[in-house]
Amino acid sequence: MSSQTASPAFRVHLPGLAPLMVLLSAAAMGALVVLPLGIVFKEALAQGWDAFREALKEPDAVAAIRLTLIVAAISVPLNAVFGVAAAWCIARFEFRGKSVLLTLIDLPFSVSPVVSGLVWVLLFGAQGFFGDWLIEHDLKIIFALPGLVLATILVTFPFVARELIPLMQDQSADEEVAALTLGASGFTTFWKVTLPNIRWALLYGVLLCNARAMGEFGAVSVVSGHIRGATNTLPLHVEVLYNDYESVGAFAAASILAGLGLVTLILKTALEWRHSGELSASRRH
Amino acid sequence: MNFQPAADTSQTSLEIRGISKSFGRFPALNNVSLQARDKEFLALLGPSGSGKTTLLRVLAGLELPDAGEVRFAGEDFLALPVRKRRVGMVFQHYALFRHMTVAQNIAFGLTVRPRAERPSKAQVAERVRELLSLVQLEGLEKRFPTQLSGGQRQRVALARALAIEPRMLLLDEPFGALDAQVRRELRRWLRELHERTGVTTVFVTHDQEEALDLADRVAILKDGELVQLGTPNEVYEDPATPFVYDFLGAACRLPGEIRGGRMTVADWETAAPAGAPQGPVEVFFRPDEVAFAPAGGQGLAADVRAVAQRGPDVRIECVIAGQVFELEAHGPTLPQGVTPGLPVRIEPMRPRVYPTA
Repeated sequence: MSSQTASPAFRVHLPGLAPLMVLLSAAAMGALVVLPLGIVFKEALAQGWDAFREALKEPDAVAAIRLTLIVAAISVPLNAVFGVAAAWCIARFEFRGKSVLLTLIDLPFSVSPVVSGLVWVLLFGAQGFFGDWLIEHDLKIIFALPGLVLATILVTFPFVARELIPLMQDQSADEEVAALTLGASGFTTFWKVTLPNIRWALLYGVLLCNARAMGEFGAVSVVSGHIRGATNTLPLHVEVLYNDYESVGAFAAASILAGLGLVTLILKTALEWRHSGELSASRRH
Repeated sequence: MNFQPAADTSQTSLEIRGISKSFGRFPALNNVSLQARDKEFLALLGPSGSGKTTLLRVLAGLELPDAGEVRFAGEDFLALPVRKRRVGMVFQHYALFRHMTVAQNIAFGLTVRPRAERPSKAQVAERVRELLSLVQLEGLEKRFPTQLSGGQRQRVALARALAIEPRMLLLDEPFGALDAQVRRELRRWLRELHERTGVTTVFVTHDQEEALDLADRVAILKDGELVQLGTPNEVYEDPATPFVYDFLGAACRLPGEIRGGRMTVADWETAAPAGAPQGPVEVFFRPDEVAFAPAGGQGLAADVRAVAQRGPDVRIECVIAGQVFELEAHGPTLPQGVTPGLPVRIEPMRPRVYPTA
């Protein structure tokens, strides 16, 4: 499995064209990715390390970082569980409406994040469907942590499931069936057979899910209310500072997000390199 | 002296009665009944789609039949969930736990037992050692499945299944993914293992040679129905239907007619086989069970088109009654006069007759 390298005989040689394409892609990557990313760090450090550190120590910034971590800490594990459950039932069972479920899982990818935020406002906002009931019971969802978590969960739902479905479809149910015939309970089978077989793909999905959860702007922006120090996540904090012309603060916060992105990228590459055989087919190379 | 019958060693252990199962509108099994005796090696043989694997999965508890009954040693098997049935299952693609070593794979069934029934670590290690020596894989306990050959993997799978001291072994095309050489070796080895362990075994295969070679009895399925059940010799010598005749080996078929004890096939007239039906019939014979005679002799008129020697076998392509047949003879017995372009007579030695459907 791990030795699935393309045989050299099947490699296509396009003399002249190939180097040109490589050059073009490298130039595009440089202009569109490396340059902006570099600017983020350059601007963040424009007034030196001290200003950078001060900007991040500022109470609103600390609150934003904390809130972002809390939202991710709640929504990522939940989505990991949902994702495993969804992938498991899609890969292991035949049922009516399976394709509908698959489409629903992909829905957050195709719908604008703003809409994903707006639906929660329509449901739980003051004028929303459950608005009166929530006010009556003094429950706050919109413009509060639960709203942020709900919006993040909705937007990041597909990541884990999408990663696991092709892998689990690839691995037949035989190992699980074997475990059952050997006397293992369903629970034991899951922990000792299913989970170890999908662990790297699961980690990969969680990584992508987490990166998106921490970086999500659109959906969160709708439900947040932008209350400084209370409901501003890191991406929202960046926007607020930027609009206030506090460029060092904005770029300092942005550099944290960019740093997170880089760490994710490194971990992701390491996973692809080390465990390519145990990721879904689309991630192998 | 009071005559006592010998202890009944052929008592029924597995009893399948009237099993039906359909998937959507597709009937996979239709009213199948059969029994396996204690310690018997039973093969379920049939082409793909015949329901043999579905039947095996019903026995394992992986499918619930729509109707029917399965009893094992008198106990209602269908009422038990998979994990309580204590059946050892072996799969075509091994289904070894890929993240566990050979030893961990074999020990799995013991280590997942409830704490009170779980053997100690030392006992487990001892049992793994025993099983490894039983399947002749000593020294490989630390390997991972990917570090083993196909044949070795399947032997580990068997050891893993035997570790739980199964009441019955279920093998689902266990040699299907192996090459011919390893397949033959493992076949002989599996037969020996069965004799030593004496576990009632149900074996699914689509390879008639494998079934006839291995099993005590063969159950032949077609389109979800049991067509014939018998010892390899019984089913081979006395196939119940044209399908079974055809499935168990190469077959030549010609239309014929039986009237008053005489059978006519093309220009050949002979005495009808005992118990043959009257009227139009299908006549079957094996391509290697024929006698060759000169053009003026007894049998079906045939024109030899080609003779090809392949190792010890000689293939003779000829035209009988407008149909092309490939007959077989063995080198030393190749009859004189069988030469391409020349007419001969061919007499099927053991024709089998079925009424025309």
